[in-house]
Amino acid sequence: MSLDYLWTGFAVALQWQNLLFGLVGCFLGTMVGALPAIGPINGIALLLPLAYTLGVPAESTMILLAGVYYGAEYGGRISSILLNVPGDAGAVMTALDGNPMARQGRGAEALALSGIASFVGGMLSVLGLTLFAPLLGRLAIGFGPAEYFVLMVFAFATLTSMVGEQPIKTMIGAAIGLALTTIGLDPTSGAYRFTFDEPELHDGIEFIILVIGLFSISEVLLLLEQQHRGTLQVLAIGRGFPSLATLRACLGAMLRGTGIGFVIGVLPGTGASVASAVSYTTEKRLSDREGTFGKGDPRGLAAPEAANNAAAGGAFVPMLTLGVPGSGTTAVMLGALLLYNIQPGPQLFTERPEIAGGLVASMYVGNLLLLALNLPLVQLFVRMLLLPNWILLPGILTLAFLGVYSTYASTLSIVIMLAIGVVGYLLRKLGFDLAPVILGFVLGKVMETNLRNALAISGGELGILFESTICQVLWALALLVLVAPLLLRRRATSS
Amino acid sequence: MRRWLAAALTVAFVGTAEAAPDKLECLAPAKPGGGFDLTCQLLRLSLQNAKLVSQPVAVNYMEGGVGAVAYNHVVGTRPADPGLVVAASSGSALLIAQKKFGAHDENAVRWLAALGADYGVLAVSADSPYKSLKELGEAFKANPSSLPVGGGGAIGSQDWMKAAIFAKAVGVDPKSMRYAALEGGGAVLTALQGGHVKIGSGDAAEMAALHKAGQVRILAVMSEERLPGDLADVPTAKEQGLDLVWTIWRGYYMGPKVSDADYAWWVDLLKKLTATPEFAAERQARGLFPFTKIGPDFVQQVKADVARFRELAKEAGLM
Repeated sequence: MSLDYLWTGFAVALQWQNLLFGLVGCFLGTMVGALPAIGPINGIALLLPLAYTLGVPAESTMILLAGVYYGAEYGGRISSILLNVPGDAGAVMTALDGNPMARQGRGAEALALSGIASFVGGMLSVLGLTLFAPLLGRLAIGFGPAEYFVLMVFAFATLTSMVGEQPIKTMIGAAIGLALTTIGLDPTSGAYRFTFDEPELHDGIEFIILVIGLFSISEVLLLLEQQHRGTLQVLAIGRGFPSLATLRACLGAMLRGTGIGFVIGVLPGTGASVASAVSYTTEKRLSDREGTFGKGDPRGLAAPEAANNAAAGGAFVPMLTLGVPGSGTTAVMLGALLLYNIQPGPQLFTERPEIAGGLVASMYVGNLLLLALNLPLVQLFVRMLLLPNWILLPGILTLAFLGVYSTYASTLSIVIMLAIGVVGYLLRKLGFDLAPVILGFVLGKVMETNLRNALAISGGELGILFESTICQVLWALALLVLVAPLLLRRRATSS
Repeated sequence: MRRWLAAALTVAFVGTAEAAPDKLECLAPAKPGGGFDLTCQLLRLSLQNAKLVSQPVAVNYMEGGVGAVAYNHVVGTRPADPGLVVAASSGSALLIAQKKFGAHDENAVRWLAALGADYGVLAVSADSPYKSLKELGEAFKANPSSLPVGGGGAIGSQDWMKAAIFAKAVGVDPKSMRYAALEGGGAVLTALQGGHVKIGSGDAAEMAALHKAGQVRILAVMSEERLPGDLADVPTAKEQGLDLVWTIWRGYYMGPKVSDADYAWWVDLLKKLTATPEFAAERQARGLFPFTKIGPDFVQQVKADVARFRELAKEAGLM
């Protein structure tokens, strides 16, 4: 495929109106990303009818919506890092090392670093999209139920890196996450599991409600407890920019995060949350020699941040090449194209180069805009740490309640969020890590559905799980991730 | 108690009025971007373009249980709201037939109208050896397990039902189908192209573009007559000797306590709307085929559908 469409695209994306649309999209995206429970999908759903009614041309609308999409991947990290309250689903892993950094007085540095990592992930994934889109489209087709299942096996194999000092607690956490995914409609048989005849439970527990409960609510409870005991620390803001040495140390993590995030983003069955989870656990497996991950290691922040932005870029591959959405958000954007009577698919690049090219070009421009927008604002965002608790705690709670209620319009979801919050608080008091719970939940559903579909196709023959080359490669990778560190450690101790 | 009072007051205030309700709202019982959203957008945009009402239709979302949450919400909390319509489809009727909408059956709401339809299709990948539904049917009958089916829903969903009536028609027990419940129509297309499933069950509008682009091959449309547009060259199942019809209508219902006058206002409005060229244009832009049933006609359609689906579900051993 020639790159002519891209030059057409840059000509479109660099028109001043479209630059403005891109900027507005990026800014709004950062905002919706930063607010808990409200993610890019909500921002896009709100803006789309507005843009259409106002008669905004199709390419400008796509540029606006794409800006919201990857802007949200930038914005989600702010509250993750500063408050340990993930702003959206892709930013959960960011909290694991980002928040400890903020607690050590390196909040501004963490924000700047995550902005840079997001930029690297975003830029490289658009480059990948530009150069390899048709090729990757074929890769996405190669993934059937069996392949997705083995991919999840691989993801769980990387999870063993989390086992670390307290294997039992990690496994209990993952089991809790897995158990929670079984609530709701059985995706294969159509039966309802653990729903107690309550229609609001038919879809199970929404990921975002789990995240808000587990992180936001339990965080508020912890802060209240600390305040009560008088052990609350006042946090320092720290200097604004990571040192060159830190950046150099994080480069590998960013690049690996980008690679993992992009590939997982391309696959229609997985998204930013799986991408950042797998890249974090892989990075921990590879680089965590001193046991600093989870205690404020910049690499543990850079990897998932690069990954979630790369996944957002990757999700455009199946949308543009196959006409199949790669994530919930691209599904809405696909709807936007249809609203303008534009049929997505490979012919889009030749028939409507101003749309396909404008979209891709706007991602290059948008990532630059976001970096420019984010670095100077770090000093502003980081002041959130200086907010006194009597503003901060009601603030977090209000946002959590509002976010959940405005999205799901149900009291039951608020109750579930609070119940999960209390459980999360207890788990944290008992020294549990919350990450395995999240991972079990994120990976569990994809794993179960695909295993059952694979076995439905093969009529129960397990052979299907080992048949294709993709499966075999993934099994080998999973084995490698499991065994290699053990061997390395043995060699290190024996020498 | 307060709810009843509010309902009673609402009825008292607007019960006799034939004027337009203060606020018009279309509730899409799903996330933005899906079929229910499309149904609401059709109403919103065509009313706006045809300029039949002065106030805009607000589209709101309430996801949960493929419409079950909204159904219970309307019956329980907003039964008398004169301005509220909720998007529904034949899929809703299928769930009601299988008692998956909670305690309520099809008589719990006031069915208003269907304004468009899509039709079921059966497709194979572009490189599949089967060129007609007849060939596919013979191969399927000879060895059902060699042809796994993919659909965008669980067992008992519309996609499963389409495959099941095909299986039954060629003499295969639906229970012996190898059926993969994939996540939506997009996943069915990729699974077909990747060869992970051999038969794809889906909707005409969704698959038409890829059929035209030569990426999948639609063997039959499950409609009474051939469909216009990209699928004009695809024969119906009936033409190929199998009496398979699957109409996916898209319509609306209202709360059970909406007054006759308000219901009549909507019926009248939609009758006017469906006669306008603006409506026809919007319907086509949403990828829907003409299918207009308003008021009593539609109520009859829903009841007949639910009865038929209940029968199908029993035969297939789902209930």
